[in-house]
Amino acid sequence: MEHIVIIGNGISGVTTARHIRKLSDKKITIVSAETDYFFSRTALMYVYMGHMKFEHTQPYENWFWKKNRINLKNGYVTAVDTDNKELKFADNSTMSYDKLVIATGSKPNKFGWPGQDLDGVMGMYHRQDLENLEKCTPGTKRAVIVGGGLIGIELAEMLSSRNIPVTFLVRESSFWNGVLPAGESDMINRHIREHHIDLRLSTNLKEIQADENGRAKAVVIEETGEVIECQIVGLTAGVSPNIDFLKDSKIEINRGVLVNRHLETNIHDVYAIGDCAQQHEAIGLRRPIEAVWYTGRMMGETLAQTICGNKTEYKPGHWFNSAKFLDIEYQTYGWVFSKPMEYEKQFYWEHEDGKKCIRISYHKDTKEFLGINNFGIRMRHEIFDKWLTEKRDIDYVINHLKEANFDPEFFKQHEAEILQHYNSQLVTNA
Amino acid sequence: MKNNLEQSMSLANPAPANLSLMQKIGTLIGMTGLGIILLAAFNVDFPNKGLWLAISLLSITAGVIMFSYGLYGNTVEGIKNNGVWSKSISSRGLLGWLAGISLTGFYIVLYFYPEYIGLAKDGGSNTGIIALFDPLSRILSGNPASQWFVYGTLYTIAILTFGIKFIWKYRHNRYHQIRTISVMFFQTAFAFLIPEFMARLNSDTFKLPYYDLKNVWPLNHYLFEGYNVKSFINAGNIGLALLIFGILSIFVITPILTYKFGKRWYCSWVCGCGGLAETAGDSFRQLSDKSIFAWKVERWVIHSVLVFIVVATTGIVHSYLGNDTSKYWLTKDTFLIGVAVFLATLFGAIWYFKRHELKKDARYGAIGYLVIILALIALHYTSGEQNIFIWKASKVKSAYGFLIGSIFSGVVGTGFYPILGNRVWCRMGCPMAAILGMQQRLFSKFRITTNGGQCISCGNCSTYCEMGIDVRSYAQKGENIVRSSCVGCGVCSAVCPRGVLKLENGAQEGRINPNEILLGNDVNLMDLVNKK
Ligand SMILES: Cc1cc2nc3c(=O)[nH]c(=O)nc-3n(C[C@H](O)[C@H](O)[C@H](O)COP(=O)(O)OP(=O)(O)OC[C@H]3O[C@@H](n4cnc5c(N)ncnc54)[C@H](O)[C@@H]3O)c2cc1C
Ligand code: SF4
Ligand code: SF4
Repeated sequence: MEHIVIIGNGISGVTTARHIRKLSDKKITIVSAETDYFFSRTALMYVYMGHMKFEHTQPYENWFWKKNRINLKNGYVTAVDTDNKELKFADNSTMSYDKLVIATGSKPNKFGWPGQDLDGVMGMYHRQDLENLEKCTPGTKRAVIVGGGLIGIELAEMLSSRNIPVTFLVRESSFWNGVLPAGESDMINRHIREHHIDLRLSTNLKEIQADENGRAKAVVIEETGEVIECQIVGLTAGVSPNIDFLKDSKIEINRGVLVNRHLETNIHDVYAIGDCAQQHEAIGLRRPIEAVWYTGRMMGETLAQTICGNKTEYKPGHWFNSAKFLDIEYQTYGWVFSKPMEYEKQFYWEHEDGKKCIRISYHKDTKEFLGINNFGIRMRHEIFDKWLTEKRDIDYVINHLKEANFDPEFFKQHEAEILQHYNSQLVTNA
Repeated sequence: MKNNLEQSMSLANPAPANLSLMQKIGTLIGMTGLGIILLAAFNVDFPNKGLWLAISLLSITAGVIMFSYGLYGNTVEGIKNNGVWSKSISSRGLLGWLAGISLTGFYIVLYFYPEYIGLAKDGGSNTGIIALFDPLSRILSGNPASQWFVYGTLYTIAILTFGIKFIWKYRHNRYHQIRTISVMFFQTAFAFLIPEFMARLNSDTFKLPYYDLKNVWPLNHYLFEGYNVKSFINAGNIGLALLIFGILSIFVITPILTYKFGKRWYCSWVCGCGGLAETAGDSFRQLSDKSIFAWKVERWVIHSVLVFIVVATTGIVHSYLGNDTSKYWLTKDTFLIGVAVFLATLFGAIWYFKRHELKKDARYGAIGYLVIILALIALHYTSGEQNIFIWKASKVKSAYGFLIGSIFSGVVGTGFYPILGNRVWCRMGCPMAAILGMQQRLFSKFRITTNGGQCISCGNCSTYCEMGIDVRSYAQKGENIVRSSCVGCGVCSAVCPRGVLKLENGAQEGRINPNEILLGNDVNLMDLVNKK
């Protein structure tokens, strides 16, 4: 029987395994050094905040794997010998495979800051990071978070939930403004401060200072030289593919494991998916490395088909994503750029309470609807997916916005106000 | 019951340093109110009972409200689940167990030893706690209090005060606000005040039975008992109208509302058990068991209760009907045949219209149906005057009242809130929920829609589903949630950090979508994935 070995038990690897099992009887083994069972990385924050126990983050009950004949191996792969189709583990044991799937995800970026490896300095990616944070929490009087992205703001929320004062260093002049246009970004700046988080924009880390026991005791700010005393330093300046163990293999890597549209690497029978995979050429407006949950899942679904004999190209549909910034929910469908492309025009509406807004992006000549950002209002994926496929224009979208509303029943609806705002803008623009 | 919830709430956080001043004052005031009741339990004879009762109840109310304000008042609107699993009370810690044990103890005293809290023995006057409540009872109904009046008052205060707490907690969510106001209203008006006022109408010549209009058979399992039906009939037109309302409730009103809105219209908007679960029980919703094993147990237990109550009610009615058609048109035999024909039509119709959806469930349905029919036949041959099968009718009634009415709904259902979660009774034991659930699953516009491919499998929804539904297992596949047990509380939707879930009433088409239709992926691939 053909033996499929998958390195990484995250969403990508597990989705692949589940779908291979649906389609075939192949022998499947999932290897991971992090946890025995698949858990949802996106939910790590809720464990620390006490919303859930760790076991609640596991989407499948423990008997699931045996019942579906998916073998789980706990071990760290140190090398891949593609000539002999063999993996080597940290304990020097080996395992042979017929087909290999690399789904090893990401690791937190570190930019060579002095002191970045001290005790009390951590990223927030793996379960071990969570344990480390838990260990460092008692006695912490202040935490400093370096890097204003999605994980940074989650970490800030986590620490705040335990009443730990947080200083949040963001290199950019406004939160996550590489992705969010000014209106949205500023809304989140205000919301972060509303939560009593000490947000420092345009601020870089210079170094982390140690106490006599080698634990972080303060950070120094690049711009001002200010020293901020703290016991925890969170490094959340993005992630990059977790593929160091492949450096000496024959598998071609760049920042990630290079793959073609069939998710195949340069070596026959070796594939890569999820956060660690890098497309030779970006697909559409997407990035070559897509480190999000959904794309990991989609790649897993696609690859399972290929492995089971139905060679399938990775063809993601319309882009979508979502996040939650403290109490403000965010969803996006299609493309809305923070600095509009030259063909792009945008319509922005913000509610007077300053916690809800939408931005619709459209083509300046054809008025074709290109994408939407919605904050504080939930929208239907299905409808926007349809409108994007049907290439509706912005007038249509604005006039039918109600159909897309996904807020719970009895919530205040804002479509009329949005329409009015849209019409009044047309008048002034004319 | 109130007693312990209040107590536990005040100690909610294992690190007392985290209690704000407001919370501490609230706790103090609330405890004072409880202290008065406790003193009464030890037979301290208060001189002016009305005044002391008022002080006590007002302090409890003020205490809970101040505590809630201290907890949520100064926070930014949003989900308030920080520390739920680290607080002893809400994570089956020591406090949780203590609360559970004292609640259970309270129920045992209430149901089986009311004399310990001062219920009058034949003809004497009340003492202790019950005496403390006499003045209020006299104002409302004109009669002295009973243990049920004490319970009803505390129950109502619990729903009202913790209802306010819940509304505070969800002040960004109008669905929760409105439905909480609804349960607060139905409890206060329909369960508490109206029956008391109805009692006022009674005189020597006219007597209505106690009737909470919103309490529908089979939840109201004594509705069709001989003494109850007799007193309805004796009360002339009003009584008859009420009885007819009771019958219409289950056979007409309930199916229509459930068709339009799902069972939530009852379970989380109207029902008293649901009302308590949603308010005072809110802190324990995460404790429900989500395993598939628990789901299996649930389905067997709740449907067995339903079969049992259908047979028992039929038996009870059968036992007081006569054999002589000339006296009354409805005789024992006509009744049994009527029930059998009704159930056969019902089952036939379900099978005919829904056989594709049901698959394996149809077999279980058939088993239940068979049991009932066999029981009816057995009833016919074995039961005579005043007995059901070979047992005395009164025995069956008290056994039912004991097992389901007291042990299940009270002692386990509410007493075990801090251990098994706030909806064990609704999930495992309530025959009304079973009936509504079947309607919801088969003939309803209600569903929880999943928002395309947005789910990140985080598990908040499943964790906070009080009915133990593994919501995530549907959401992460892009499936809608159409489950008979869902009471439509809407908390899964509220706690979802990615806006994935929406409770809706809509068209039948696309309501159940058992395919993996995760949006965002290649459309042709999704067709492949769904090919079976
Ligand atoms: C805190 C946080 C919040 C997030 N929130 C969101 C969100 O809201 N939405 C969203 O779209 N995305 C979110 N993400 C990103 C998302 O979680 C990732 O894109 C996704 O988990 C990647 O899945 P994966 O299967 O590719 O890799 P991973 O989940 O990283 O799994 C890889 C596994 O492989 C193991 N492994 C690696 N190397 C080896 C080795 N050599 N030997 C053995 N095992 C190895 C790792 O330990 C790990 O267990 C979040 C990420 C984090 C950290
Ligand atoms: S599925 Fe959602 S709405 Fe239904 S009972 Fe569970 S939490 Fe409430
Ligand atoms: S539906 Fe929402 S709460 Fe439930 S697992 Fe998915 S993202 Fe989490």
